[in-house]
Amino acid sequence: MIRKFTYAALSGTLLFSVNATAVDDRTQQYIDTLVELGYSAPEENELVHIPPSMEDLEEAELHPELKRVIRRGYDLFTNTQQLRGENVFNNMNCSSCHLGEGRMPFSAPIWPAAVTLPNFRGKNAHVNNLEERISGCFTYSMNGMPPEYGSDNMLALTAYHQWLATGVPVYPKQPIYGRGFPPPERPEELSYTRGEAAFQENCSVCHADDGAGLRVGDQTVFPATWGDMSNNWGAGIVRVFTAAGFIKNNMPLGQPNSLSDQEAWDIAYYMSSQERPQDPRYTGDVKETLEQTGPTFHKHSRYGQIRETDGHVLGDHSNLGDKTFLKPDTVRPRTFE
Amino acid sequence: MNAKRAIANLALTEKEAIVKKLPVTLAALGLIACSGFALAAPEGDAERGAASAAVCSACHQADGSGMNIAGGESWPRLAGLDANYIAKQLHDYKSGSRVNASMMPFANMLNDQQIADVAAHYASLPATEGKGGESADEATLKRGKQLAERGDWSNYIVSCKSCHGPDNQGAGDAFPGIAGQHAGYIKAQLTAWKAGNRRNDPQDLMGTIARRMSDDDIHAVAVWLAIQNPTAN
Repeated sequence: MIRKFTYAALSGTLLFSVNATAVDDRTQQYIDTLVELGYSAPEENELVHIPPSMEDLEEAELHPELKRVIRRGYDLFTNTQQLRGENVFNNMNCSSCHLGEGRMPFSAPIWPAAVTLPNFRGKNAHVNNLEERISGCFTYSMNGMPPEYGSDNMLALTAYHQWLATGVPVYPKQPIYGRGFPPPERPEELSYTRGEAAFQENCSVCHADDGAGLRVGDQTVFPATWGDMSNNWGAGIVRVFTAAGFIKNNMPLGQPNSLSDQEAWDIAYYMSSQERPQDPRYTGDVKETLEQTGPTFHKHSRYGQIRETDGHVLGDHSNLGDKTFLKPDTVRPRTFE
Repeated sequence: MNAKRAIANLALTEKEAIVKKLPVTLAALGLIACSGFALAAPEGDAERGAASAAVCSACHQADGSGMNIAGGESWPRLAGLDANYIAKQLHDYKSGSRVNASMMPFANMLNDQQIADVAAHYASLPATEGKGGESADEATLKRGKQLAERGDWSNYIVSCKSCHGPDNQGAGDAFPGIAGQHAGYIKAQLTAWKAGNRRNDPQDLMGTIARRMSDDDIHAVAVWLAIQNPTAN
């Protein structure tokens, strides 16, 4: 079955247009498979890119040393737990959220970062490059300390990102098909109680009723959905719309688009109503932190809000999870002055 | 560190799920009397289980190694599998949610306590190696390894290890160890899931993936898994 793809070019990128003859068989098959799985077909003029796979890497005409570094990037991406205690302080791997080795559309594929950055980012209000963007994941989603800019591991990770973008124009003008975690339409009402029930019915078999997930030995099988071993309050997925988009498009594993929009949003709302390590941008006061980060970020999460079931103010604590510092020094403003 | 707690929660979840569904399904079938397992799963005793397992050893062997039978019905290795997983399968044979003509009469002979005991017995035995992958060619094994460790996302086939755990040696009590299981058994089960003849997995998680696998894929992953180490070194 793999053969049908590997005969084609190393990677396929094109502007999709329903009338264009440029849609080759391989791309059409790629789109057909996604549509069968319940994803929307690309809009006219959307950029469809099929990132190369690790099998393609072996065949590619690249310097052997570059291949070695890309393989290392892949290995770090899919087994980020090897950096536990150094850069990662929870149970997450990069591939816990970016499914399919960072290649899957609708699962925040990582190659767009390599062709759209450097760019201004609202979250930290300055221009970020790829390394700083990856550092954001380590800071928030891994509740950790990013590998140093320019370090071997950082370079390997960026090499993997950029290689996945092979053939895509830099700063593409077209919208990218399947970028991010596109959320379904927000239902009128979100319910903690319904979210809890839906979580227990659809998610608990892997992630456990208490959201702890499952580890075997020193490896994560199912990541923690909240709690000390999960992402901290600063991670993008604490925003209810982002979590709803992730869930709808990717969960339960192997069954994308199987939950209703209401279920996906209710589960996301329920998850964002649980505790997790403090946001590294914490000022020492949850209200003040909310004032500073609300407009660009926490207006979409439940941080600083009162949980309806017990009156608890979410995020009102100084728990850092397993790490001993609040904020890595990579979290700093850039003014280019 | 969280694994034990998570496993306990998994067991609880499953139990609660069964309890929740019981009043409807069992009342409809008039089977309230059979609900003992769900309401109070007994603690298994491996030593007692060894005695009860005498009847099982004709196929599964005294050491729990089972047997790979080319061209016939292979008997799975039970040694070293998770006790709760084994117990659930036996209950499922009894209830009919897992159908197998060979197993049904034997499962029906066991009461809830005996099921727990037999499961504890096999779980306590050292895992033996799988058979049926010895003569597989290199290309088949390469494909099998890819499916088991990385999956094939171009067909939305997630890797085996994403649920069955590191080195496919099992994760919790819902996802059994499949490394070192006999190729004939793995192939038969995936084929049964694909055809809709096996459906006792949680939330159709296995069925969904099996239905996306070609017969060649099923063969490839079965022979590769069979020659893997069933337990950590």
